Amino acid sequence: MKQTATTEKTTCYHCGDDCLTPTYFVEEKQFCCQGCKSVYEVLSASKLCSYYSYNDHPGANRANINHRFDYLNEPDIVSELIDYKDDNITIITLYIPQIHCSSCLWLLEQLNKMNPAIHYSRVDFLKKQLIVRFNHHQMNLQQLVELLNNIGYEPAISLQDIIKKQNAPEKDNLVQKIAVAGFCFGNVMLLSFPEYFGLSVYEQTFKHFFGWINILFSLPVVLYCGRGYFISAWQNLRIKKLNIDFPLALGIGVLFIRSIVDVALINDAGFTDTLCGLVFFLLIGKYVQKKTYYHISFERDYRSFFPVAVNVLTEDREKPVPLAQLQTGHRIIIRHNEIIPADAILLKGQAMIDFSFVTGESIVVNKTLGEIIYAGGRQTGEAIELEVVKSVSQSYLTQLWNNEAFTRKTDKSAQTFNEKISKYFTVALLIIAFGALLFWLPFDFRRGLAAFTAVLIVACPCALALSTPFTMAAALSIFDRNLFYLKNTRVVEHMAGIDTIVMDKTGTITNGDANGVELNGELTVRQQQLIYSACVNSIHPLSRMICEHLGEMQRMAVTSYSEFAGKGIVATINGHHLKIGSGNLVFGYFAATSGLTAIHILIDGRYLGYFSIKHNYREGMENLAGLNSIYDMYLLSGDQDHERKDLLPFFGSPANLHFNQSPQGKLDFIRSLQEKGKKVMMIGDGLNDSGALKQSDLGIAVTDNVNNFSPGSDAIMDGRAFKKLPSFLRFSKDTVNVIHFSFLISLTYNLVGLSYAVTGKLSPLIAAILMPLSTVTIISFTTLATHFLAKKRNLL
Amino acid sequence: MSIIYFLIGCSMMLALIFLGAFFWAQRSGQNDDLYTPSMRILLDDEPDDEPKK
Repeated sequence: MKQTATTEKTTCYHCGDDCLTPTYFVEEKQFCCQGCKSVYEVLSASKLCSYYSYNDHPGANRANINHRFDYLNEPDIVSELIDYKDDNITIITLYIPQIHCSSCLWLLEQLNKMNPAIHYSRVDFLKKQLIVRFNHHQMNLQQLVELLNNIGYEPAISLQDIIKKQNAPEKDNLVQKIAVAGFCFGNVMLLSFPEYFGLSVYEQTFKHFFGWINILFSLPVVLYCGRGYFISAWQNLRIKKLNIDFPLALGIGVLFIRSIVDVALINDAGFTDTLCGLVFFLLIGKYVQKKTYYHISFERDYRSFFPVAVNVLTEDREKPVPLAQLQTGHRIIIRHNEIIPADAILLKGQAMIDFSFVTGESIVVNKTLGEIIYAGGRQTGEAIELEVVKSVSQSYLTQLWNNEAFTRKTDKSAQTFNEKISKYFTVALLIIAFGALLFWLPFDFRRGLAAFTAVLIVACPCALALSTPFTMAAALSIFDRNLFYLKNTRVVEHMAGIDTIVMDKTGTITNGDANGVELNGELTVRQQQLIYSACVNSIHPLSRMICEHLGEMQRMAVTSYSEFAGKGIVATINGHHLKIGSGNLVFGYFAATSGLTAIHILIDGRYLGYFSIKHNYREGMENLAGLNSIYDMYLLSGDQDHERKDLLPFFGSPANLHFNQSPQGKLDFIRSLQEKGKKVMMIGDGLNDSGALKQSDLGIAVTDNVNNFSPGSDAIMDGRAFKKLPSFLRFSKDTVNVIHFSFLISLTYNLVGLSYAVTGKLSPLIAAILMPLSTVTIISFTTLATHFLAKKRNLL
Repeated sequence: MSIIYFLIGCSMMLALIFLGAFFWAQRSGQNDDLYTPSMRILLDDEPDDEPKK
């Protein structure tokens, strides 16, 4: 079946998609749909067409957008959304996923030209946010959102506004602390130089002066910048845990006290420059570790995906009601492209529900009157009326969130290398320090104390504390470049420790859309009609795919019809005898077609060819085949098992393939693996996987657009990066090796320092050289090694 | 050489002023969005009356 291209291929002036019809045409410009055309008209009416001069086709496709914003008139909802309101002015921050280029920026900052009620609009590009200040007497929120919608920038409005919360400035003032520490470090270093170069007898008065100024400078470093370490060490001690902050806090404290004693009592230089440098580098390590993805949220649950409000029918009038107030018995109206927020019974209308958000399966499901429709489906077609049977939080899908997996604290139990090692490190450090003290004590009390403090100073695990953040930050940015976004640096280490991989099928290892049908052979229109009439009666997914492939056609009268499970259809239509199905049914024997599912067609005894169904596995699926020798691989699918044969090579044993799994079933399966002591990585995409993603040791959500909905997880992977999964896994192990190796390096430095320290003759100069030297070595080693390994794994 | 006391005092005062300026900038949100202004500067202002093609 071939379609000849009659129209010359043109692209839409607004969004750049191909124009299929020449219908939408304004001022010599071609548009692909009414939506794109109307955006252009709005902009040209406001003389804002420079929008199109900054970038080619800056707009987004507007073909399938149909939203209502009535609910933005409800005062309850509005007050939840806005940032500030006084007598005249309202300020609101809106999240607009569509912001992607300088044209977007330009247009959104010109809103006041379209409506003078808008005083001011500002874009934050990385956060994809728009801050608008407007006069609410002349314009309400609904009008503002409709205006944005009309120009193609629909804000994503959700009551669970995590994006906003996530981007709220943190209160730890890390940048300020770094500024203070850097300021003090620089000054102290300069003032210490005279001492290191040697002061003549005549200049001895300066020595005292410099010493005291240095102490003064280190005061804010210890009390303001370093406070976090003392607090953390104390909190961990109280729960009887030795974390890395304990030796760090000990080091900082000892450095400070010893410096004061040195300066005040024995007129020595003290270790203030080491102290300031230490805190400065530690804080930088903390800063590097903190990577924020402004546009991605890892904590989304069903609330950010459901609408804010739904239209409830009361006494024949529609009224928008916030979801939280939706109760059993309410009658709701769901229009085209709206999502059903709670389990409900269909009362009126033809329901064609697309459950792709829930299951990843994009085939539309037909529902009959009186049937219960589960929450999460998206209605396509006409408006339908439903009666709510369960409140939103008690619905089939959302009750998953009541599971204990969701109430658990987010931090997964597995310890990182740093946490494991710092316990032993601290103990060893204390043993050496007290050993040195006891050794010298009988001969020379002062030397004993000097040795004791020197050990604590020199062995302060600065390099150790920095190796993890710097390695992980480098690794994170490499993953980021490959479209794989991790929630935080701990995830890399969790990934290295994984021994079991569980995958969802639809949407995860297959692409969502089902356009993989191909016809091998020639069919006349009449023959196509016959096949369509036969297949349209079947609910088997393959029949549905063939129907979709053939497109809407006229049905013909069916005189006899029978379907053989797993084989195909035999039917008599309009006097023609049809056999559609597997070789077994059509030829009477099994006809092998390499690697494809083939559906053969026999009409009136004549063989006409076959439909081949390509499984739309993601690109690079074959790369996964090697993984089952290293990892235990499992498949957890909500679907039927008709692809069992194709998937078997990837998962090793038939026992590892699990079909017909419910969302709760997936969660329980992951838990049962964990109870066997497995470290489980779950890869999924839909809301139905969210329980399993949460329960697993490492949940990865696969999505084709990171701005779209993805369930809460530890990492989000762009669909295009899926083929690199084996490399990601190997690279995560590499980075852990880098950490181990850099630990050895820092240990070497510590041993060198200790050999000076135990004699009690550690000079401030040696400490001042050793500390920054080890830090610089570690930072450069980890960064270089991580990049080198990434190159080796083809990730750079 | 007592001038050193004065000089160090002066340099510290200057440095503290800069540190204070940084704190002020940080607090008033000047460093919150470091990316968008780099794009904004490339967009032209245009006269309100005559639309550009």
